[in-house]
Amino acid sequence: MSAVSAVQLEKGSTSTVEAPVREKETQGEEELDVPWQVVVHNDPVNLMSYVTMVFQRVFGYPREKAELHMLEVHHKGRSILWSGVREPAEFYVQQLHGYLLLATLEKVV
Amino acid sequence: MEICRQDDALQISDLDPFLAELLRQIPQSTSPDGEPAAEARLFSRPSAEKEICAEWKNYVEPELRRLFRTATETVAADLTQLNGNEKSLRNRTLRIPVEHAEAWLNTLNQARLVIAAKYNFSEEELNDHDRSPIGSRRDLGLFQVNFYGFLQEFILRELGGQVGSAPD
Repeated sequence: MSAVSAVQLEKGSTSTVEAPVREKETQGEEELDVPWQVVVHNDPVNLMSYVTMVFQRVFGYPREKAELHMLEVHHKGRSILWSGVREPAEFYVQQLHGYLLLATLEKVV
Repeated sequence: MEICRQDDALQISDLDPFLAELLRQIPQSTSPDGEPAAEARLFSRPSAEKEICAEWKNYVEPELRRLFRTATETVAADLTQLNGNEKSLRNRTLRIPVEHAEAWLNTLNQARLVIAAKYNFSEEELNDHDRSPIGSRRDLGLFQVNFYGFLQEFILRELGGQVGSAPD
């Protein structure tokens, strides 16, 4: 895109206006497609039963699946709870913070 | 102390003055004021991406502060049942309406996280449930974390059948 474009005002006369300058490049389609993941990190204060309940509530997981993720957090320090597009991932992280879990949003490399 | 469910309330009865005082301290224990580690734990970073963190600070963090404050206010209102002097607290009963259970879970968690961050308890200390006696303010803090955790466990057990419901 050129920085300056010609605009026809009236027949026979022209004027120029500066095209709007984008302060920041918008995200390209490829970048928008990059999946994000919701990661929960270990915290020795939060009760295991509490963390399991939160996973059931936020993600609608059955108890068994929620417990597996809780145990992964407990033993490995982190667990990926969900991955997908950014907006719902942000929403999940917000909900998890509302329950005071250590949760982060990470771009899948 | 006895703890049980009575109809639509969770009931803590036969409270001795010491435990009643620990309960009364729940709301003030949630305050991270003057404790950067506690503040950082309650409002942890959501991402390594600077842009996300900046947006979060502006839009999400105020919502979280409101959520935590509302929960704490609900708990504080329930705890007015324990108002009075030490003598009058003997054998007092606290009734927590079941619809306040979510607020209690959240507030107890806030308090546990703030106290743990304040004293920088190690995982080993947090798992030492038989530690006694209480000989310092730090020991009392650890006892509070465990006592509040015990209450959380009880509430979670009582809410067991409702866990599958959608979040608020």
